[in-house]
Amino acid sequence: MSAETMSCAKALNAAMRVALTSDPATFLAGEDIAVYGGAFGVTEGLLADFGAERVRDTPISEDAIVGMAVGAAITGMRPLIEMQFADFVVNAMDPLVNQAAKLHFMYGGNVTVPLVLRLPGGGGTGAAQQHSQSLEAWFAHVPGLKVVAPSTPQDAHDLLLAAVNDPDPVVFVEHKLLYREEGPVTVRAALADVDGGLPGTAVRREGADLTIVAYSLTARKAEEAAEALAEDGIDATVLDLRSLRPLDLGPVIDAVTRTGRLLVAHEAPGPVGIGAEVVAGVVGSRAFDHLLSPPVRVTGGGTPMPYAPALERANIPQVEDIVAAARRLMAEDD
Amino acid sequence: MARLDPKTPAGARDALRTMWTIRRFEEALEDLYSRGMLHGTNHLSIGQEAVAVGACGALEDGDLITSTHRGHGHSIAHGGDPMRMMAELLGRTDGYCRGRGGSMHIADVASGNLGANGIVAGSMTIAVGAALSMRMQGTDAVVVCFFGDGAANEGSFHEALNMAGVWDLPVLFLCENNQYGMSMAQDASTAGGSVAARGAAYGIEGVEVDGNDLDAVFTAVQAEVARIRAGGGPGLVEAITYRYRGHSKSDRNLYRTLDEIEEWRTERDPVDRFEAAAVDSGRLTVDEVDEVREEARAAIRDAVGRAVRSPEPDVSDLVDAAYAQVPEHGR
Ligand SMILES: Cc1ncc(C[n+]2csc(CCOP(=O)(O)OP(=O)(O)O)c2C)c(N)n1
Ligand SMILES: [Mg+2]
Repeated sequence: MSAETMSCAKALNAAMRVALTSDPATFLAGEDIAVYGGAFGVTEGLLADFGAERVRDTPISEDAIVGMAVGAAITGMRPLIEMQFADFVVNAMDPLVNQAAKLHFMYGGNVTVPLVLRLPGGGGTGAAQQHSQSLEAWFAHVPGLKVVAPSTPQDAHDLLLAAVNDPDPVVFVEHKLLYREEGPVTVRAALADVDGGLPGTAVRREGADLTIVAYSLTARKAEEAAEALAEDGIDATVLDLRSLRPLDLGPVIDAVTRTGRLLVAHEAPGPVGIGAEVVAGVVGSRAFDHLLSPPVRVTGGGTPMPYAPALERANIPQVEDIVAAARRLMAEDD
Repeated sequence: MARLDPKTPAGARDALRTMWTIRRFEEALEDLYSRGMLHGTNHLSIGQEAVAVGACGALEDGDLITSTHRGHGHSIAHGGDPMRMMAELLGRTDGYCRGRGGSMHIADVASGNLGANGIVAGSMTIAVGAALSMRMQGTDAVVVCFFGDGAANEGSFHEALNMAGVWDLPVLFLCENNQYGMSMAQDASTAGGSVAARGAAYGIEGVEVDGNDLDAVFTAVQAEVARIRAGGGPGLVEAITYRYRGHSKSDRNLYRTLDEIEEWRTERDPVDRFEAAAVDSGRLTVDEVDEVREEARAAIRDAVGRAVRSPEPDVSDLVDAAYAQVPEHGR
């Protein structure tokens, strides 16, 4: 099938359509996903085409929504759940962390928990502290959960289908500002078209001078930063992690071995974050001997997300922050 | 003594002015938003003013409230300064939260407003703790916990009512049932249908009241607050009301009819009804009603005028701001 231009929101919507069409065990549930079409319009139109039995509006009961999904998943269904905002998953931590993540191991491998939990997160919308968080590192910390975070419409589409196919609980990290970002998407005909398991790190750009590693919206910013750096004659490799657990470090180690410099960027807070894990993985690998300067991180979240526009902007890594950090990194060993 | 007794002429005047102040405040927000001067989103309580004003009017100084994402009315009714609220929404330094919190997080703890909350039902267990705290500190203060019909389906609702029930705490859970939780009609979201009836499971006798009748809200809340203050244990009031505007800025009202909205606006508007009742009962004259409307309009015009001149915060404001105390080694 040929590619068409669509937004991430549309690409996700198309993936849900594929899942609902090709597997009768799939169903959607979440707050305001049916009649309203989702707070961000991602599930628009699905109620009309698949009906209220499979596209379910729920009460405002996050604990029950995710717990219900666990129960359905271990008894033959494939629930695809939307948290209205990633922040509300906090109300569902028990079913996610103590139940979904544990059951396969705890019951001796006798059960699988094929559920997908979509988390619209991130800042930049003026929604302040309780509607702007990037919580992915929490979930990447939990054995038993898989965590993915697409940055392009095609990846949004394919990763969601791969997540639905996956036998384990997948936390699907979405950045709200990506929803309207457009790109070419080849819509898959059926779930079976993406049967290779969850993909790992993607190479977005190759360059000899430094390696920039990011994911989700920040991966797009990293690509923009690389373009700006190219104008200064700095040639960056940009890697998009896509999967945060498991973390696919092979391509990162390869790239740093070539470039000798590593910059990791993400919107989530720095301390105990994905960036720390990436840096530790690289420093502990054969790439260590090739490092020309200490790896750096560009992260957000010094405080809870502020409301005032200037403060909010300052709390989120911007393209110019990545560019500036890259320039400093290049200057260090000149 | 209640802060504002709408049964008296002076109280009626205050109550009406406060309702108009809330409505004008939120209309001003809509205007600023449409002119691109506000970012983020906001949740308007236009049509629900009688609940906030009737309930807060029945409180005494020292009593506390907790609020919701739809909290502008609660804040104003509890004595909040519209200028500082507007400055908060504009993200300015004179805002109640120095521009850090915005619409969903306006709080004035010093005056007993423990805060609006972006998390549905997020304040319900906090209200329980505040009530315990008031009692442990030997006060006779009562905490009024505003929450929505949708919030009654969160686990926190049930945990809060249960704990308040077994500990006999001085808290009044006040449900603003505007019939919808975002797009979910109450009958589709709420088993058993009634929030008030859920009190029975926790030994709390729920009271249902017409939330668009300011006198009725005041009377019901005043009675409950007096009972609670006297040590009678927690209460639950369900005030039936209606939200005219969309849930937030992105709402296309796909889940209800325009006729339904129009019917509530024209037949059951709480401000219209209170004006008519106050005039009919001789508490206010028609001229006084006009004066009050003008006072509210002028107050909001003044508040907006001053708020837009408040400075924007500097990014240096974020340094160490997440903590009350940062140890040397953490700098
Ligand atoms: C824990 C949590 N879940 C979901 C939301 C998103 N949300 C915000 S308000 C709202 C509807 C709340 O309905 P209700 O309690 O009836 O209050 P109303 O908006 O009608 O005033 C929803 C779903 C949220 N803010 N917090
Ligand atoms: Mg409601």
